[in-house]
Amino acid sequence: MTDTLNSLPPDPIYDRREQIRAITAKTLRRRSRMSQLFTWTLSTSLVIALIPLALVLFTIVQRGGSDLSAAFVTKLPQVPTIGQQNAIGGIANAIIGTLIVAAMAAAMAVPLSLVLGLYLVEMDTRLSKIFRASVEILSGIPSILLGVFAYIFIVLPEHHFSAFAASVALALLMTPVITKAVETAIRGVPDTVTEAGLALGARRSVVARRVVLPAARPGIITGTLLALARAMGETAPLLLVIGATFSQTWDFNPFHAMSALPLLTYSYSGSAFPSQHRAAWGVALVLVLLVLILNLTSRFISARLNRKAQM
Amino acid sequence: MSDGHDAVVDNPGALKESSIAPVLQLRRVNVSFSGRVAVRDVSFDVAPNKITSLIGPSGSGKTTILRSLNRLHDLTKGAKVDGDLLLDGVDIYKGGIATMLLRSRIGMVFQRPNPFPTLSIYDNVVSGLRFNGVRKKSLLDEAAESALISAALWDSVSSRMKVHASTLSGGEQQRLCIARALAVEPEILLMDEPTSSLDPVSTQRIEELMTELKNRVTMVIVTHNMQQAARVSDDCAFLLMADDRAGELIEFGPTDKIFHDPSDSRTLDYVHGRFG
Repeated sequence: MTDTLNSLPPDPIYDRREQIRAITAKTLRRRSRMSQLFTWTLSTSLVIALIPLALVLFTIVQRGGSDLSAAFVTKLPQVPTIGQQNAIGGIANAIIGTLIVAAMAAAMAVPLSLVLGLYLVEMDTRLSKIFRASVEILSGIPSILLGVFAYIFIVLPEHHFSAFAASVALALLMTPVITKAVETAIRGVPDTVTEAGLALGARRSVVARRVVLPAARPGIITGTLLALARAMGETAPLLLVIGATFSQTWDFNPFHAMSALPLLTYSYSGSAFPSQHRAAWGVALVLVLLVLILNLTSRFISARLNRKAQM
Repeated sequence: MSDGHDAVVDNPGALKESSIAPVLQLRRVNVSFSGRVAVRDVSFDVAPNKITSLIGPSGSGKTTILRSLNRLHDLTKGAKVDGDLLLDGVDIYKGGIATMLLRSRIGMVFQRPNPFPTLSIYDNVVSGLRFNGVRKKSLLDEAAESALISAALWDSVSSRMKVHASTLSGGEQQRLCIARALAVEPEILLMDEPTSSLDPVSTQRIEELMTELKNRVTMVIVTHNMQQAARVSDDCAFLLMADDRAGELIEFGPTDKIFHDPSDSRTLDYVHGRFG
């Protein structure tokens, strides 16, 4: 059989195959050199980009770590006296205040973003174009201006600062982010699934509620938690409206002034008392930890939902 | 040709000396996704210039095996392929061959025709060559013409090579995909239910095409259609899902034997349509 094969005339396909293989091998060698170069460049860039992050985290942990104690996170702040310069108390009300303001902001931003995101995907009308443009513009507005908005429309008419006004400002900050996440997640749901629902005679609203939104849930939840983590660290929108940069009460009425971690960091870092000045690092560390927990939770939840979706 | 094959089956020791040594060898291949075993302990040989079909009910791991042959599982997170997968005696997973080179030697045709939508017919056919760095116009033209002729598409498209591929019918698009795979001059062509989205006439043309292509490439096809496996394939692997949902090879052999005189009663039941 081998002899028969050898005595056959040259095969054009075989020749071409040899030629193509040779070129492919050459291309591959060139590309793997390029690929190595790129991998090297990118990993160097990554390290450079991570240095500031690592430095910030390191400094916060190094300087704020010593402040962390049960009392620091469970007690009310105290104003140091001449005799007790280090008696600064805790920051419990600021931690709870931050959580309350963030929760209220999410309670406003999430439903709004769900409706907006769904509308942007499902409808192609003049109104949806206006909404889309508004959302994009909103995401570009400096956050301090959102605070100004809440100040003019809530604080001024009410004649006092309030956590509610702060959460409105944060909700405005979160809405474009969550809307974008909702829109992306919904667009990721295959059309065939929507069509299957419609083909059963369901209304569009029913299909959206019962089929599309559940399928998009992992993306929506992740987007929401990331927006929340981002909003929790914002100082500027709160600055004008939340009132208390330093409060010593357990007052959590949402329509009263409230304390929040970013503002406390701000006010402590400018404090005349060396003990408070130092404690600013501790407050910053608590804030970073809260945001980190939220970030990890969102990753965990999205990983779990994705795994469930695959089953 | 069948004589040589039978000799191998009757006398496995003859494999080494034979000029029709298998091009692909699977030895105890396992595929798992995130720890869940999808294919267990599958071993068989693919003979050159023949058509090997993989049949079995849904979930028996046919497509999973096929996709492990050109390392498409590399793209799936959590996917793991164990065992020996030899292409001309070289293990394709253990660093024996670069993945890109492997995929230019083992082409693939998918279940649904998937021509690149924005490219012309010509650009579609030569896309694989261009991706691999072929620039020479004469080589591109020559390969395109040869591939289109082999895919029985040359006569109908040679006058409109610059037209978008999306203007072709479903059957023509699938043949374009076959041409696109052939243009790279692979040694092996994997076909994942290549006719399942086509009408009967297009299906028949593709089946005829497969038989004609045997002198050019070795083919491994996955099919749900048992008549198709019986009609076109030379060898046949029958798979079933075990109790733990992992696919297992029940029987492998010449298609004739699998369909008329299988060793396993489950194979007999399946090819006679008694389950699955």
